[in-house]
Amino acid sequence: MSDELSIVGQSLVKPDAMGKVSGQTKFADDLMLPRMLFGRLLRSPYPHARIRRIDTSKATAIPGVLAVLTGEDLPVKFGILPVSQDEEALAREKVRYVGDPVAAVAATDEWIADEAIDRIEVEFEELPRYMSLEEALADGGGEPIHGRTNVHKAVALEFGDTEEAISGAAHQREDIVFFEGNTHLPMEQHAAVAQYGQDGRLTLWSSTQTPHYVHRALGKVLEMPMSRIRVIATPNGGGFGGKSDIFAHELVAAKLALVTGRPVKITLTREEVFYAHRGRHPVLMKVRTGFTKEGVITGMQFQSFLDGGGYGSYGVASTYYTGALQTTTYAIPRYRFEGARLFTNKPPCGPKRGHGTPQPRFALEVHLDKVAEELGIDPVNLRLRNLPEPDSRTVNWLRITSCGLRACIEKVAAESRFLEQRRAMPAGRGLGFAVSSYLSGAGTAIYWNEMPHSEVQLKVDRGGGVALLCGAIDIGQGSDHILAAIAAEVLGVSLDDIQLTTADTDLTPIDLGSYSSRVTFMAGNAARAAAEKVRAILFEAAAEALQCDPDDLQARDRRVFRRARPEDGMTFAQAVVAAEAKRGVVAASGSYTPPRIAGPYKGSGVGPSPAYSYSAAVVEVDCDARTGEVRVPQVWIAHDIGRAINPMLVVGQVEGSVYMALGEALMEEQTFRLGLHKFPSMLEYKSPTALEAPVIHTYLVETIDPEGPFGAKEAGQGPLLPVIPAVANAVYNAIGVRIDEIPITPDRVLKALAEKAKGRLPRVGPRRVPAFAFPALIQVERPPEWTQS
Amino acid sequence: MDPILVLRLPRLRYVQARTVEEAAAIVGSDGGRAMLIAGGTDLLPNLKRRQFDVATLVSLRGIPGWDAITGDPQAGMSLSAGATLDQVARHPAVLSGYRALAQAAGLVSTPQIRYMGTLGGNLMVDPRCNYYNQTFAWRKAVGFCLKKDGDICLVARSSPRCWAVSSSDTAPVAVAFAASVVLQGMAGTRRVRAAELYRDDGIDYTTRKRDEVITSVEFPAARTTTSAYWKLRRRGSFDFPIVGAAVVIWWEDGVVRDARGALSAVGSHPVDISSYLSSLRGVHPDERLIAELAAAADKPARPLDNTDLSHYWRKRMTRVFIERALRDAAGLDPQAGLLTAQLKS
Repeated sequence: MSDELSIVGQSLVKPDAMGKVSGQTKFADDLMLPRMLFGRLLRSPYPHARIRRIDTSKATAIPGVLAVLTGEDLPVKFGILPVSQDEEALAREKVRYVGDPVAAVAATDEWIADEAIDRIEVEFEELPRYMSLEEALADGGGEPIHGRTNVHKAVALEFGDTEEAISGAAHQREDIVFFEGNTHLPMEQHAAVAQYGQDGRLTLWSSTQTPHYVHRALGKVLEMPMSRIRVIATPNGGGFGGKSDIFAHELVAAKLALVTGRPVKITLTREEVFYAHRGRHPVLMKVRTGFTKEGVITGMQFQSFLDGGGYGSYGVASTYYTGALQTTTYAIPRYRFEGARLFTNKPPCGPKRGHGTPQPRFALEVHLDKVAEELGIDPVNLRLRNLPEPDSRTVNWLRITSCGLRACIEKVAAESRFLEQRRAMPAGRGLGFAVSSYLSGAGTAIYWNEMPHSEVQLKVDRGGGVALLCGAIDIGQGSDHILAAIAAEVLGVSLDDIQLTTADTDLTPIDLGSYSSRVTFMAGNAARAAAEKVRAILFEAAAEALQCDPDDLQARDRRVFRRARPEDGMTFAQAVVAAEAKRGVVAASGSYTPPRIAGPYKGSGVGPSPAYSYSAAVVEVDCDARTGEVRVPQVWIAHDIGRAINPMLVVGQVEGSVYMALGEALMEEQTFRLGLHKFPSMLEYKSPTALEAPVIHTYLVETIDPEGPFGAKEAGQGPLLPVIPAVANAVYNAIGVRIDEIPITPDRVLKALAEKAKGRLPRVGPRRVPAFAFPALIQVERPPEWTQS
Repeated sequence: MDPILVLRLPRLRYVQARTVEEAAAIVGSDGGRAMLIAGGTDLLPNLKRRQFDVATLVSLRGIPGWDAITGDPQAGMSLSAGATLDQVARHPAVLSGYRALAQAAGLVSTPQIRYMGTLGGNLMVDPRCNYYNQTFAWRKAVGFCLKKDGDICLVARSSPRCWAVSSSDTAPVAVAFAASVVLQGMAGTRRVRAAELYRDDGIDYTTRKRDEVITSVEFPAARTTTSAYWKLRRRGSFDFPIVGAAVVIWWEDGVVRDARGALSAVGSHPVDISSYLSSLRGVHPDERLIAELAAAADKPARPLDNTDLSHYWRKRMTRVFIERALRDAAGLDPQAGLLTAQLKS
C-alpha cells in the first residue's frame, strides 16, 4: 500500500457544514440560559467630550433593572497590546468617539434595558474633535485625544542608505496615494453571554476570534484569577479580524453577571458593530523608489500615515505592518520605512483581513504599474525582475522559505492572456495586474512569552475514537476541518472518528487565536505533532502484537498494518486496545512554537512569520466612461498555498478574499459627517452583493513549505491583497486614468476623465503628505547577504 | 422564548382588519397614533429606529380580495394595493401592457422584500434621508432633524422644509401612466390622479388623509403604449433608487401621440417631467431628439447630499437615465445613448 495521503489534499465537507446550513449551529446570541438578563450599553453621542457627571438613579429605579454600571465599576484599563492599555470598558473621564461606551444596564428584558439606558443622565462637556489625519496634526486644535499629542506611534527604520540608492538610480518615481478605511461587516453581530456560578467561577461565551486574550483581559479588568474564569468562543458568524480584540460588551456582560448573580447576554446591534469596528485604517502613503534602467529596484522609501481612531487597539502592530511586507514581495536591497499612527475621534481601527498590508500593497502595485509604463517594461516582467528568492532573508531580516510567486505570476498571466489581451480589449474594458505576499501566522505573540503559540491534546478511546482538544476557534475559515484532517491523516482514521473540542479555556490547551492567518500553520503543526506521538504509541503496541519493527507499520483506512504486507495488521481500535492494555490512557500532546527569527532591531517583532504565502491576480474591469461606473466581470488569481490540506476550503478563502477586496476597491468606506459615522447600517454601508461578484478563476500553486503542516501555508488573507491594486491598474488600462484613492467611485472616475479631457494629469488622488517630524531613523545593519552585494 | 432581535420594535397593539371600513375607522379614530401596515418591509425597520410614534398597527393583509389584479391592457387594469411587488413584476398582463410598472416593481430591493412588500406600500414609502433613516440614538447624537424630533433640516440647514427623498420605484411609473389611485376613508371613496397623491415635502408627502386606505391603483388602457423604467443604484439588489426614470409613450400611426415621464429620488415627490417631452408628439423620435429632450428634462431634479453617492454625480446621471428610459420606450438600445454624466471640460 502506498504512502499517499488519504485525507490531506481532498476536498471534503468540513465538520461544521451541516450544522451551519441546517441552522443547528449555536452562535452566541442563540444561547439562552434560565433567568438570563439582557445587557445594554449607553454610548457617547459626542466624538470628543469630557464626562462631567453621570446620574443613574432614574435607571436603577425602574422595575426589572437589576444593575447599572459606570466606568467607576470597571476602573482597570486594558488593551489588546501590552503597550496600548488605553481602553476602559466604560469611559470614566472622557469619550473619544460617537459610540464609546459610557454606562451599562442589565434588565429582565430588552425593552426595560432600553428604557433604562434612556434614563441614565450624562452631562458632557464637548471638546474640539479631530476627524481626519490633517485635523489630528493641526496646531492649536485644543485638547489632544490621549496625553499630550495625537501621535499614537511614530517609527522610522532604515536598512541601508536608501537616499544614495534612489538618487543615484537610473529611474526614480514617487507616488502619493490614499486608502479609505472600511469595516469587516461580519454577518453575525458580536454577542457575549456571561454566567457567574455558585462555585465562584465565571463563564463567558463570546463570539470572539481570540478567547485566550479575552481570558487574560477578563482576569485583569475584573481583578479575578484566570483560574476562576472560563472563556468559550462560540462559532463565529464571520470575523475577518473584527472579533480579535477585547470588547467592552464582553467585560461588561461579565461584570453584570458578577454583580447580579444571573446570566447576562449582550448582543450588539448592527450600528454598535460599526462602532466596535477595529477595521481597516485609512492610510495616506508616499512611496519613492529607485530602479535601474532594466527595472530592478535599487532602494525604496515608504511613508504611511494611519488614521487610528480613538484608541490604540492593534495600532502599533498595524503601523509596523504598513511597512513590513514590502520586502517579502519584492527583493529590495535598501529600504526605509517611516510610519505614524494618529488618534482621531472615530471608532478605533485595528486588524481587518490583511492587517495593515492592503494599503501599502495598493500603493506599491499602482506605483510599479506606473514605473513599468515609464520604463517600457510590461507589468509582469517588471515584477519578475524583482522577485524575492526562496530560502532567503530580506533586507529587514524577514526569513523567506518557500516562495511560489513566480509560478503564481506565470499562471495568471498565461490563463488570462494578460500581455496580449491588455492591448486588445474593447473600449472601456481593461486588465490590471498585481502581486502580494502575506504571513502564515505572526512569529511573535501579542504579549511576549516563550511558550508555544498553539497546543493540541489527543486522546484515543477503545472504540477507535479520537478526541482532539485545541484552543483554536473556527470563524468559518475551516480550522475545525484542518485539525481533524491532519489528525485523521496521521492516525489513518476517518474524519468522522475525530471528536473536536475547541476554544474552551477550561478544556483546551492554548491556541492564540484566529488572527494573522496562523491557525492552519500553527495549530496544524501542533495537531500533527500530537498525532505522531499517539501513532508512535499505537505502533509500539501493534508492533509487539504483530512481531515486527514499529518503523515497518503504517496507519490507514482505520487499520494499523505492515507496510510491506498490508494484510498483516489489525484495526485501529485493536491497536488502541493493545496500547491501552500495555500502558493505560493513550494520549499525547503536541505544540508549535515559531522559530525565533526576528531581526536585531526594535520593531522587528512585526513581520516575521514562519512562512509567507504569495498571490498574483489579474482583474478585468468594464468601465463606463459616460457614467464613471466600474464593474468587474472576471478575476484570475493564483495563490501559493504551500499545500492545500482541503482545496475546496482554500478556494473558498480565495474567492471570499476576492469578493471582499472588490468591495473595498469599489464601494466600501467608513466615512464620517458631523462627527458621526455617516451610515452605520448594512443597507447604506455599501458592500457588494452576489450580483456584483465576478467570475473567479482560482489556481492553487503548491510549494510544500518545509515548516508548514504537510507543507501548508495560509489562505485566509493573502489573496485579498493583489486584487485591489489590480482593479486600479485595470481602470487605467481601460480608460487611461489613475484613481490613486480607494474606493474607486464613479464620481472620482469622471473627475479623472475630466482632467484627462482638459489635457491635465489624468488622475484623482492626494497630492501631498502632511509635514511631519518622524523620529530619527534607526539605522539597522542589513543581513550579510545584502551587504555583500 | 422569543427569538432575540436586538433592535426591538416599540410595544404596539396589532389589529388585523377584516374590511377596509374597519381599518379606516381605526386609523381615523386613534388620534394619529395608528398606522396601516401591509407588507411592513419599510414600516418595521423604520419603527425599530423609532421614526414614528405609533401605538397601533392596523394590518390590511386579511382583507378579502386585498391582492387582486384584474383587467387587461385593452380595457385598463386595476391592481389592488395589497398585490405584492413580486406579483406585479410577474403578472403577464402587466408585463405586456405596463412594462415600466413590472420593471419598477421587479427592481425594488430583494426577492424576499418583493414577496412581502406591496404596491400600495411602495407608493407610500416614507421619504428617505440619511440623516433620518437612522436609529434613535444616532439621530439624537446628530441633534435630530425637522422630519422627526428636531427643528432643522440637516441637509439644507437654512431650509424651512424637509428634503427627504421620494424613494418609491413604482410611484413615478404610476405618475407617468396617469394612473388613478383609489382611496377609501371614513367619509367614502375618492379617486385621485397618481401625481395628486403626493406633495413636494419630505414630511407632509402625501394628500392621503389619515383615515384613508389606498385600495387600488387603476391604470388606463394601454393598447398602443410602450414604457420603461430605469433605476440607478449602487448595487444590483437591496438599494433604493438614487435616480429613477419612468417614461410612457402612447403611439398612433407610428408616431408619438403623447409621452409622459416622472422621476424618482430627485426630490421629495415623484417629479413629473412630462412637459419636457411634449415635442415628441407627432414625430417618430430619433436618438438626437431623445438626447436633446433628456438633457433638458433633468432640470427639475434636485438631488441633495442625503442619499448614496455624490449628489453632483446623481444630478448628472439623471439625464443619462431619462435618455435610457426614453430610448428603451422608443425601441432603441437603451445603453447606446448620446448623453454622458461627464463633467464639462
